[in-house]
Amino acid sequence: MEAVRKWIQTILALLVNGSWSFPYTRTIYQGPLKVVCSPGLNCYSCPASTTYCPIGSLQQLMAGIRIALENGQNFFGLYVIGTMGILGGIFGRLICGWACPFGLIQELLHKIPSKKFSIPRKLNYIKYFFLLFFVILLPLFVVDDFGYGEAWFCKYVCPAGTLEAGLPMLMLQPELRQTIGILFFNKLTILIAFILWSIPASRPFCRTVCPLGAFYSLFKGLKLVKLRLVEENCTQCKACHAVCPMGVKFNESPEDTECISCLKCMDKACKFDAISLEIAGLPVGQKSRPTIPSAAK
Amino acid sequence: MAEKKKEETRSIRIAPFVTILIFLVVGIVGIMTGEVGRVLEQAIQVCLSCIGIG
Repeated sequence: MEAVRKWIQTILALLVNGSWSFPYTRTIYQGPLKVVCSPGLNCYSCPASTTYCPIGSLQQLMAGIRIALENGQNFFGLYVIGTMGILGGIFGRLICGWACPFGLIQELLHKIPSKKFSIPRKLNYIKYFFLLFFVILLPLFVVDDFGYGEAWFCKYVCPAGTLEAGLPMLMLQPELRQTIGILFFNKLTILIAFILWSIPASRPFCRTVCPLGAFYSLFKGLKLVKLRLVEENCTQCKACHAVCPMGVKFNESPEDTECISCLKCMDKACKFDAISLEIAGLPVGQKSRPTIPSAAK
Repeated sequence: MAEKKKEETRSIRIAPFVTILIFLVVGIVGIMTGEVGRVLEQAIQVCLSCIGIG
């Protein structure tokens, strides 16, 4: 199953970054597919990107809301929020585990042999701050004299944008190198920090900063596809704790906001069929091993 | 036996469908206001300051 997931991650990363004419055009893809939402965090200023980033678009719409209203355009970000909500309602954070290119990059970095560390649970809440302030409130309320806001998360934080768009654009358009300053070096430092952090710790950006992960986590009890704990089969052996890339203790917290439904706990760890996948409450793909008698627990 | 019966009678959760429907309506309203064009307009331009340049 892990190999299947890696293939799906790779194929989806290539699909949302499927425009490979940029070495000749020296700019980004500008075709009609850019109205399609990338399910994971994927900068739309990446030269190969064929879709829009929901976090980038939402910030831009929030930042330009005053000007749009002055021009009689009711752009409140409803198309983007609607698309994100549909994806969240179906998959929730399963998208983080299966469809996010930046998540895949962090997973590959974590395979580099090194001493491994866990991430303190309290740091997980920081991403809700970034979602609320850097994606919604600051772009909406901190505006210039003309009424324009800024895409705060993209501009000051997003390491995916630096990796997928900032650095490639500097390579494709050398004249841009004269314009880089403290803003770029700030973002480059953040990128390097997350690259280095991803080696000893699993998915640090997803767990601490990603506003898209924070948004999808709001659907933890509402999503269509989710993992379920079959309590009568659970022996409390805690094997699921050891394999989880997000630090979830599934037997203790089956509705955890951090669960990315990578299925490692179900597929690699649990020997007792205590974890199953369900769609809209109905179990799917459950193996047919017998229920553990209570005396064996 | 009782557990098996309980398993068989697991009902379909309605909440995901309601959630998806609500966001579908929200998205359709966005489409009707012409927001798709605005999203495309933004996505086909390189926002240099957004990627830390300029």
